[in-house]
Amino acid sequence: MSETPIIQVRDLYKTYRAGDVDVHALQGANLEVQRGEFVAIVGPSGSGKSTLFNILGALTPPTSGTVLIDGKDLARLSNAERSTMRKFLVGFVFQKYNLLPTLTAEDNIRIVQYIGNQATNFTPEFREVLNILGIADRLKHKPRALSGGQQQRVAIARAIVNHPAILLADEPTGNLDSQNSAAVLGLLTDLNRRLGQTILMITHDPEAASSASRQVHMRDGRVL
Amino acid sequence: MINKLVISNLGHRPVRTALSVLAIAVEVTMILTLVGVSYGTLDSTSERARGVGADIVIRPPGSSIIGLSTAPLPDSLVTLVSKQPHVAQAIGTVVLPLSGFDSITGLNIEEFTKMSGGFHYLAGGPFQSDQDILIDEYYAKEKHLKVGDQLKLANHDWRVSGIFESGKLARICAPISVLQEAMGSPHHLSQIYLKADDPAHVQEVLSELHTLLPGYPVYSMEEFTSLLSINSVGLLRNFIGVVIGISVVVGFIVVFMAMYTAVLERTREVGILKAVGASPRFILDLLIRETLLLSVLGSLVGIILTYATQWLMKHAVPSSLTQETVYLWWPIAGAIAIVGSLLGVIVPAIKAMRQDATEALTYE
Repeated sequence: MSETPIIQVRDLYKTYRAGDVDVHALQGANLEVQRGEFVAIVGPSGSGKSTLFNILGALTPPTSGTVLIDGKDLARLSNAERSTMRKFLVGFVFQKYNLLPTLTAEDNIRIVQYIGNQATNFTPEFREVLNILGIADRLKHKPRALSGGQQQRVAIARAIVNHPAILLADEPTGNLDSQNSAAVLGLLTDLNRRLGQTILMITHDPEAASSASRQVHMRDGRVL
Repeated sequence: MINKLVISNLGHRPVRTALSVLAIAVEVTMILTLVGVSYGTLDSTSERARGVGADIVIRPPGSSIIGLSTAPLPDSLVTLVSKQPHVAQAIGTVVLPLSGFDSITGLNIEEFTKMSGGFHYLAGGPFQSDQDILIDEYYAKEKHLKVGDQLKLANHDWRVSGIFESGKLARICAPISVLQEAMGSPHHLSQIYLKADDPAHVQEVLSELHTLLPGYPVYSMEEFTSLLSINSVGLLRNFIGVVIGISVVVGFIVVFMAMYTAVLERTREVGILKAVGASPRFILDLLIRETLLLSVLGSLVGIILTYATQWLMKHAVPSSLTQETVYLWWPIAGAIAIVGSLLGVIVPAIKAMRQDATEALTYE
C-alpha cells in the first residue's frame, strides 16, 4: 500500500467523567481508512463508536493517542483549531438530521458554505449532486415541510458541500423507514463511487453495514 | 447569510420577538417622552417669559430658575428700580402655585398691557371685577371652560372673564391684589419685570441693578430664557439620569431574558452550528446581531410611540405638559437601548459560546 491512509488512529484513549465515575470509552483503538473507502463501524452500545465518531469529527479531543485526518493531527489541536478543522475536514450526517429548523433546506446548505468561508452559490457540479440526492425541487422548504428521508438527503448535501476529506455518518438510517433507509444508503454508496467521497458510517444495523465496502467492529473501546 | 439566519431566528418566535421589541420600545419612549416634556415645558415657559416684553427680570434671592412658591419681594422695589436711569417701566407679579404643574400669576392688567402690548383675547376680555380670572386657550381646552364659567382655584371662586392666546407670561392670570391677599402676602411680589428705554441700555441697567440689589438674581431676558434648559435645572437633569439608568436596566433584563431563553431553546442548533465549523466568535456574532436588530426595531417603534404620547398629552393635558420632539435625543435614546441590550446578551452569549458541541447535539 503506497498511499497514506486518510484516517490514521493510533492507540486512542478517551476517558470522560460521568458524575463520579470515570468512563473509559476508548481503550487503545487503532484504525486506518484509505482515501475513497466506505467503512462501516459496527458494534454494540457502549463499544465506543460514538466517542470515536466525535473524536474523528473534531468535536471532542482524545485523552491520548494520535488521530491523523488527511495528515493533520487532531489530537494536538485547541478548541479553536478544531472548529476550523470541522469546516473543511469533516462533514456530518446525524441520525436526527440536525438541520436548522428556521432555515430552508437551501439555506441549511448555504450557511455551511458561509461558515466555511466559501461562496454561497451552488456550482453546476453541486446542483448535479442535489439532483442525484433528489432534493433539487425541495430546497425552498423548511425542514418541518420535509419528510425524514428528504431531511436526511439535505443533511447529506450539507455534509459534502464544502468537499470535506471525510464524511462521518452516525446511524444515518436510524430514524428512517426501510424504503428511505435503502434510498439513503444507496445515495451514500453512490457518492462514494461517483465522487470518491471517503465515508465512515457508524451503525448497529447489519443491513446498513453491508452497504459499506468494509466493516470494522468495535467492542469495549477497541477496534477488533 | 448570517443576517438571514438572524432574521429567520427572530421570525421563528414572533411573539417573543414582538414582546422584546415592545419592551425596548417602551424604554425608548420613556426616555424620549421625559426629555420631550422637559424641553417642551422649559421652552413654553421661556416663550411666555419673552412674551412679557421685558428686557430684565429680577427674582427673589435664593430662588431657582424655574418655579416660584413665595412672594418675598416688597412692592416698594418696583418703585425703586423704576427710578433708575434708562428704566422705562417696571412691573411686579406674584405667582401662586396650584396642584401639579399649574400656577396663577397675579398682575396689574393695565401695566402688563403697557409693557407687553396686552393679551390677544380669543373670547371675552380683561378683568371686570376682583373675582375675574383670565385663562389661556390650552387651559380652557383642557378644563372645558368658556367665558362666564365659574371655577374654584386656591380656595377662591373665580369667573372666567377672558380666554387669551397662549404665549404671554402665564396660563392663568388674576388681579394682583386679590392674589396677594389669597397668598397672605399683601404688597409683596414674586418677581419684577423691567423694560429699558432702549435695548442698547440693557447692560447698563443690569450693572446698576447688580450694584443696587446685591444678592438678587437679576437677568437680562436673553440670559433668563437661556437658563431655562435641562442642564441648568439640576432636578430635571438628575431625573433624566435616573430614567436613563432605569431604561438601561429594563433593556438589560428584557434582552437577558429573551436571549437566555433563546439560547436554552436553541442549544441543539448551537451544537449543529459548532459541528459544521462555527467558531464561538460566530455564535457571539449571531447573538449580537439578533440583539442589535431587536434594539434597532425597539428604538424605531419607541420613536413612533413617542408621537403617540405627544398626541395624548396634547389632547389630555394641553396646558400642563408640553411635549416636544427632540430629534437630537433619538440617536441618544437608541444608543441607550442598544447598550442595555448588549449588556443583556453577554451572559447568554457566553453560555452559548461555551456550549459543548457533543452535549448540545444530544440535547432534546
